[in-house]
Amino acid sequence: MTTVAGADVPLGRLRWHCMRRGLLELDLVLQRFAQRELDGLDAAGRAALDRLLDYDDLELWEIVCGRRECEDARLKGLVALLRAQ
Amino acid sequence: MNVTKRSYDAVIVGAGGAGLRAALQLAEAGLNIAVLSKVFPTRSHTVAAQGGVAASLGNSDEDHWHWHMYDTVKGSDWLGDQDSIEYMCRMAPEVVYELEHFGMPFTRTEDGRIYQRPFGGHMSNFGEKPVRRACAAADRTGHAMLHTLYQRNVRANTRFFVEWMALDLVRGPEGEVLGVTAIEMETGEVSVFQAKATLFATGGSGRMYYASTNAFINTGDGLGMAARAGLPIQDMEFFQFHPTGVYGAGILITEGVRGEGGILRNKDGERFMERYAPNAKDLASRDVVSRAMATEIKEGRGCGPEKDHLLLDLSHLDPDVIIRRLPGIREISIRFAGADPVREPIPVVPTAHYQMGGIPTLYSGRVVAPKNGDPDAVVPGFYAAGECACASVHGGNRLGCNSLLDLLVFGRSAGDSMIEDIGKMPGALPDLPRDAAEGSLARLDRLESQKDGESVHEVQAAMRRTMQEHCGVFRFPEMLAKGVAEIEAVAERVSRTGIGDHSRVFNTARIEALEVENLIEAAKATMMGAANREESRGAQARADFPERDDTNWLKHSLWYREGNRIDYRPVHLKPLTVETVALKKRVY
Ligand SMILES: Cc1cc2nc3c(=O)[nH]c(=O)nc-3n(C[C@H](O)[C@H](O)[C@H](O)COP(=O)(O)OP(=O)(O)OC[C@H]3O[C@@H](n4cnc5c(N)ncnc54)[C@H](O)[C@@H]3O)c2cc1C
Repeated sequence: MTTVAGADVPLGRLRWHCMRRGLLELDLVLQRFAQRELDGLDAAGRAALDRLLDYDDLELWEIVCGRRECEDARLKGLVALLRAQ
Repeated sequence: MNVTKRSYDAVIVGAGGAGLRAALQLAEAGLNIAVLSKVFPTRSHTVAAQGGVAASLGNSDEDHWHWHMYDTVKGSDWLGDQDSIEYMCRMAPEVVYELEHFGMPFTRTEDGRIYQRPFGGHMSNFGEKPVRRACAAADRTGHAMLHTLYQRNVRANTRFFVEWMALDLVRGPEGEVLGVTAIEMETGEVSVFQAKATLFATGGSGRMYYASTNAFINTGDGLGMAARAGLPIQDMEFFQFHPTGVYGAGILITEGVRGEGGILRNKDGERFMERYAPNAKDLASRDVVSRAMATEIKEGRGCGPEKDHLLLDLSHLDPDVIIRRLPGIREISIRFAGADPVREPIPVVPTAHYQMGGIPTLYSGRVVAPKNGDPDAVVPGFYAAGECACASVHGGNRLGCNSLLDLLVFGRSAGDSMIEDIGKMPGALPDLPRDAAEGSLARLDRLESQKDGESVHEVQAAMRRTMQEHCGVFRFPEMLAKGVAEIEAVAERVSRTGIGDHSRVFNTARIEALEVENLIEAAKATMMGAANREESRGAQARADFPERDDTNWLKHSLWYREGNRIDYRPVHLKPLTVETVALKKRVY
């Protein structure tokens, strides 16, 4: 999949990737996350979110649930934020 | 606005199981095709299917396609077209083995064959006893299928247009379909995709209900586009409700939980299923359990301050069983219902799950619309497959695991029909009408310039509440009459939606507004169909007409947007090679 460089990630793209997943459970968690956090993310945060949203849906759900660790160390903070939702 | 024209042999809208299976057929035949999807293909909703895909492989028990056909006709409450059903069940082993050869990671039996599990309604020897027919890749069959088909398409050089939303069908002077208009989300630009053959594989419309197991993407876009283009939508009153969606969130709790011993209880703690299905109890078929739950709620025995849900109790089970065997379910319950099933019951409610109706097609995947007295008149250039289509194999009620099968069989047959029909059209593509994109551009302009527009989220919420209240599991005459008026009022509001964000790039507000314009058409078709059909059959349960009425209602209903009217088509009762499965009462 295409992950563009941090500063270039349009908010709308991130929002779309949060609200149109393959799994309803991810739609619900990520849409709420987007509503609360998206506007406050800086460029690095947006780039990290973009990478996280590129994960396959089943993997991403397991990461959100804490049943799987995310190998990408740069995403730790974001994952913690999501798990705390 | 500038409109770019793009030309292909074929254009496919949708990259879920059905769209990808069709695309593969065309790409491997060397045709020049475009596949459009609102999301990256492997994020299509097919990814959520867990249970399996039905096929009479006979790997674990003796099985036969004819038994599968019988079960499917019976499951459909005889509304399914028996030619399509025979075709699907006969093809099932072939399409499953084909998928195996494409690399699908099926779970294996000890001797290396595809693992099969039992599933509701699938029986051996014409309804005698349950048979293991659902081919599974652990609990991620849809995921495995989607990834396998996607990889295969990449190999075949299929051209994808990801994050493009199709807007409208383009039809020629004779009503033939010449392609679609579409908007690229990243730029906001509109194109016309011109093609000799156009396939819709846009999935379901479950988001029309307040309680839905479907992801947000299921907004019935194919139905909206077909309806606006003057084509009929078939049998939408048949909507399958899954008994156990998490109250307030919708997420599906699999039947397996009741299989492990989960019990449904009302506000008095009573195991009410004992009254409705003394033998099968909590494990009775989906429609029976959903109707029992709706009755409990209707009669005031629901739980919570609104008395609007029931409880799925696991607390009598060994906590170890819950933690070990149902970890995913426990996680969902804690997260979305705030209840740890080790200690507290899970609040559940019958939840809209699957649309049996859709764009009417033949088993070849060709779309039909009655014309000059021919109920099966083909719409040239137009094809549909998957949940958005109505072939009609599910009739009044779908059997579990027959949907993934439907995607494979009819995705492939639609692909073959397209190849055949394109072969008869050598030379250049037919000319597009001058105003090919005008309707879409007018809709976009209206949205941009709407003053004091209605909020998209508010009208969508109103639609979902109306559908839930008036057109749910049980249908009452006064509620339906009110529902018809209310949904028309909501439709009126949908035509006046406005958006605050007018940016071009990735404007999600605009996309959501366009989706609601589609979803409302699917909702109107559902409500009108339910109010019109004066019988109970499959998923249509009318309190005032509790019996199936084959004398007057053994027919498909067709809803037309223009005039909000209903017409009919005969059911195909004659299979391809075997005897008709004769009408009988549907009892299990
Ligand atoms: C939770 C759940 C579990 C299920 N489990 C099973 C099971 O075990 N077995 C079974 O047989 N069935 C199951 N089903 C049903 C089955 O999964 C679906 O019916 C099936 O996957 C639908 O596939 P599809 O290809 O028709 O559509 P989808 O997979 O929904 O794909 C639709 C595609 O169309 C695209 N699209 C839509 N509108 C547009 C537009 N306007 N422009 C461009 N692209 C568009 C989308 O981006 C997507 O790519 C389940 C359903 C749910 C909700």
